[in-house]
Amino acid sequence: MNSTTVRNLLVRGMLAGLAAGVLALVVAYFLGEPSVDNAISFEDAHSHEHEMEVVSRSLQSTAGLATGVLVYGVAFGGIAALAFCVALGRVGRFGPRATALLLSGCALLAVYVVPFLKYPANPPSVGDPDTIGKRTTLYFLMMLLGVLLAVAATILGKRLAPTLGTWYATVLAVAAFAVAIGLAYAFLPAVNEVPKDFPATLLWRFRLSALAIQAVLWGGFGLLFGELAERQLNPKPATAGSGRRVPATH
Amino acid sequence: MAQTVAQPTATTPAVPATLPLKAIAPWAVFFGILMLVLLYFVGAEQGATSVFNGTDVHEWVHDARHLLGFPCH
Repeated sequence: MNSTTVRNLLVRGMLAGLAAGVLALVVAYFLGEPSVDNAISFEDAHSHEHEMEVVSRSLQSTAGLATGVLVYGVAFGGIAALAFCVALGRVGRFGPRATALLLSGCALLAVYVVPFLKYPANPPSVGDPDTIGKRTTLYFLMMLLGVLLAVAATILGKRLAPTLGTWYATVLAVAAFAVAIGLAYAFLPAVNEVPKDFPATLLWRFRLSALAIQAVLWGGFGLLFGELAERQLNPKPATAGSGRRVPATH
Repeated sequence: MAQTVAQPTATTPAVPATLPLKAIAPWAVFFGILMLVLLYFVGAEQGATSVFNGTDVHEWVHDARHLLGFPCH
């Protein structure tokens, strides 16, 4: 029966991830694509070699973008749902909705913001193709570090809570997380491959829109998945006095 | 008169029952790996490493890769 619960939550996580991906796609298309196009214009004006288009720009900015963002949403939705199964009832006195939103916030921080602050998103024409191997390794390493350190900080907080109390245990765990991330930032190599005359405002706008995409994705996921998980785990009307009986579907 | 007896009310926040790790593990292993493979294809295939030849996958998810923050090229 527990296994069925996990399966149901996993399916809901992937669906919520897909829906959140649709929201993120809207942001990516309207906020992000103009910057991508401007960056490509800059690239075309500054490079003499013209590569043959394998996939047209109109496909890349619509169907290609949608494929990438939606698959990303579903994949992270599934992983977050599995993490939710572990976190539920173990991280504190939080119900399904609060656990889901808290987990999404932590995921945004660990999976995106932590790598982003060291290795921010780059538009086309920023980045030396020769260093793609190194940059990919560093980026995925930073993602992994963010997740591992967030999990470690959570476990640390849980361990300290009985002696220090929940408040000080949480403060200390978050501080330990920040120090560990700071050390990683200090010791990992910096990457700066922005062309000299690349417009600063364009870079700023691109990076802000990249951040907005993730904020919408994880915020949307946390709220949607929390709702679905609440309904699955507590199949009673959450608000008192609604007078409506929801049949338990198990 | 009669003393009020403290009764557990519906508003008391209850800690939700935990799901046993043994029930989560099989799903986490199979689907965790599947999800990571999906992320690899969106984020890194035909960039630093390639499973398939050519640049079709890279070019198809090109814009998503840039906007999702992955190193693209």
